[in-house]
Amino acid sequence: MSLSDFFFRRRKDESDAAEGGADSPVHPTKALARFLASLNARPQPLLLDLGPAVGTNVTFFVEQLGCKILVENLFKDIDRHVVEGKLAELPAFFEKRFAQEDGSADGILCWDIFDYIDRPAARALARQLVRILRPDGALLGQFSTSEPPASRAPTYTKYVVIDRANLQYRPYAAAHGKQRPLHNRDIQRMFEPLRITEQFLLKTNLREMVFRKPAAPSEPRNA
Amino acid sequence: MWKRDEAVKPTGPAISATPAAPGQHQQQAGVPAAQPEPRRQMMERDVVNIGKSVVIKGELNGSEDLTVEGHVEGKIELRDHVLTIGPNGKIRAQVFAKAVIVLGEVNGNVTATEKVDIRDGGSVDGDIISPRVAIAEGAHFRGSVDMQRKGGQPQVQGQQPPKPASPNPASPNPLSPNPQPQIAAH
Repeated sequence: MSLSDFFFRRRKDESDAAEGGADSPVHPTKALARFLASLNARPQPLLLDLGPAVGTNVTFFVEQLGCKILVENLFKDIDRHVVEGKLAELPAFFEKRFAQEDGSADGILCWDIFDYIDRPAARALARQLVRILRPDGALLGQFSTSEPPASRAPTYTKYVVIDRANLQYRPYAAAHGKQRPLHNRDIQRMFEPLRITEQFLLKTNLREMVFRKPAAPSEPRNA
Repeated sequence: MWKRDEAVKPTGPAISATPAAPGQHQQQAGVPAAQPEPRRQMMERDVVNIGKSVVIKGELNGSEDLTVEGHVEGKIELRDHVLTIGPNGKIRAQVFAKAVIVLGEVNGNVTATEKVDIRDGGSVDGDIISPRVAIAEGAHFRGSVDMQRKGGQPQVQGQQPPKPASPNPASPNPLSPNPQPQIAAH
């Protein structure tokens, strides 16, 4: 554990006590460290976070990467569509949702957003993320491998970074539950032409994946 | 250790028990009681409050800490002071301050030289530039965070203002294009 991780953990403990999130379970993550490593070389990368804004995460990523972070909470968008009864319009919404230019984001944190949307919406979202990600950029996603429990009230999970190797899972009320898990090949096809560089199956039945966008082919040099 | 401290530090009653002229004694006794009043008045003077019913359209500059409970549209500039947007406050403006505490709604970019603190129930739709950012559980934030140590640098005239963060075409541009008459809170 690095020194900055140690101080971050201490600060997190203090803020947890204030926020009341100290009881939530902490689970290991293997992909986060790889994701961070893939972005470390870039000077002030732009990180797009599709989850809810978490103050300690913002601080963590800025300290680790010196990045600029852009928070676009898509879970809120899903909830709004559910409440308005417009869930079928989600694919079209995702097509227009991101005003970012092509190849403008160095890294994208998807968390488990793809578990909560149906196939057409997932394909539309993946298309947009592939567009926004710059060549050689990295994308981190978590995909459930098990069927969602039918009996439980739907919840989203706020992933709070404890350090490079641990995430705290904080469930909170959702308007929409998890969908059927995506197959590996579906995920692979959805994100083409991104390459899956790391894949970890966790004990929590989550599959963590790091994708990389192939670097742009270098321009031929004139002799 | 505690015993030694008690022995060294004389307590309040011990002072008042020392023999002194009646006038002098009155003065000593009066000081602690009289001190909070002017201090409180001074603090009240230093924090300006914009009430719930107040609507300001234009540019708001100040050299005091400011609490906004009303509506402000345009630009707020408190370079060396703390801006608090109260639970009833609604801001559609570019904000520049030393520290910004958000309990209400902000729609626009926020630049602080020290800290931006979005409290529970607070909402920011816009880009934040500040060396320290705190987002409480239950707060809403949409936009980008730039924590590089360049927050609050004065913007050069003619330079393009920071873009509104909200890329959603549905949300209107929160920044008023032409500033209205200036309201100075000195």
